[in-house]
Amino acid sequence: MKKILFIEDESALQKTFSDILTQEGHEMISATDGEEGVRLAAAEKPDLILLDLILPKINGFEVLKKLKGGITTRDIPIIVLTNLEGAGDIEKAMEMGATTYLVKANYSLEEVLQKIKQALGE
Amino acid sequence: MGFKLILEELNVFSKCKQYRLSIWQCPQFLFLIMGLVIIATALVTYGLGTRYYVADPETVSLIVFIITIVLFVITFSIVRSMEGLAEASKLKSEFIGIVSHQIRSPLSNLKWAYELLISEKFGELGQKQKEYLKILQENFDRMNELINNLLMVSRIEEGRLPLNKAQFSLTKLIEEVINGSKILAEASNVVVKFVASDSLPPAFADRQMVRVVVENLLDNAIRYIKENGQINVILKNDGDNLLFEIKDTGVGIPKDDQKNIFQKFFRSKNALKYQTQGSGLGLHITKSIVNKSGGKIWFKSKEGEGTTFWFTLPKNK
Repeated sequence: MKKILFIEDESALQKTFSDILTQEGHEMISATDGEEGVRLAAAEKPDLILLDLILPKINGFEVLKKLKGGITTRDIPIIVLTNLEGAGDIEKAMEMGATTYLVKANYSLEEVLQKIKQALGE
Repeated sequence: MGFKLILEELNVFSKCKQYRLSIWQCPQFLFLIMGLVIIATALVTYGLGTRYYVADPETVSLIVFIITIVLFVITFSIVRSMEGLAEASKLKSEFIGIVSHQIRSPLSNLKWAYELLISEKFGELGQKQKEYLKILQENFDRMNELINNLLMVSRIEEGRLPLNKAQFSLTKLIEEVINGSKILAEASNVVVKFVASDSLPPAFADRQMVRVVVENLLDNAIRYIKENGQINVILKNDGDNLLFEIKDTGVGIPKDDQKNIFQKFFRSKNALKYQTQGSGLGLHITKSIVNKSGGKIWFKSKEGEGTTFWFTLPKNK
């Protein structure tokens, strides 16, 4: 069983992923804003973080910076899961240390699950 | 014909009405007024100079001063109206971008919830439930396509359409697209034939974007064939380029509409008659992608007989 932190403000997505990941035998922790995400990442030390970029309080790029700068969190793989697809967003997130960048609209749930498994080394 | 076109161009009132601009915000009208003022000034000056001798320099200075002010005010209005138009265009692009992005989020939530249900991971579904879920899927696929098109148009207008150019086999791409439209083609009783010249070099462009181009052209060809028909796709060498040709036996494009078909949101009368669905963005996007890739696109069409589209793409060097 792996521990996955999902930093996402959309409750519908929180529910979908919580259901599917629990069924796959994992534990999912939810954070609904950037600050909570950074705090939970440090406290819970998850095996993987799923991160949206448009978030309340502090945005996803800030969260990424803080996580990659923190001694206890910098080695946790981070999958960016967002609909933000502006010029340079993908390059910026990858340069900041994201493992994968997925644009929600372009991926099926099954494909996202595959990427999660890959990142977990399954 | 030419004379009629010139008359249409000169009818500034109808032009301004067409663009939904008030007379004093309409550059065409303001230019006309400025032109008239200049002509009137020239005539009056000529009249004054030849018929009456104006002895008082102050009067002449005053006349020149007044005319200069009038011209200045008109020019200022033109610049302001141009600024207003540029601002409106920018706002419209931003609006499309923001709205599309905001619609995309709930749409992906819907899509993934649907995928979870249809995967039957949380219980088996009955036949009727599956039928209704399929309706859901078809409809958010449609919405997704529209949103993606709107986002692409907004990117094109802002001049930031990303092109990741690399070499790839256009022949293979076309085969993939034709395979992908098999169901739609069979449902419409349309046969798609593809012939590619032997040993064609790879193309040099953005594969994902060229895929959009080929998909749009094939999709249009299939959709606008009424019942049985045939589509011939040919790919061959053309100097430094690859030349793609797609010929259909569809409803054709009426002559009056032909000049507008690459404009965004434009839908031909025929298109509306036979296919109510569609945003009028496909060909606009197609042309923008081809042009930005260094190619050209053109077509020939006759109402009732069919349409042929051609486009070129640079070869890999």
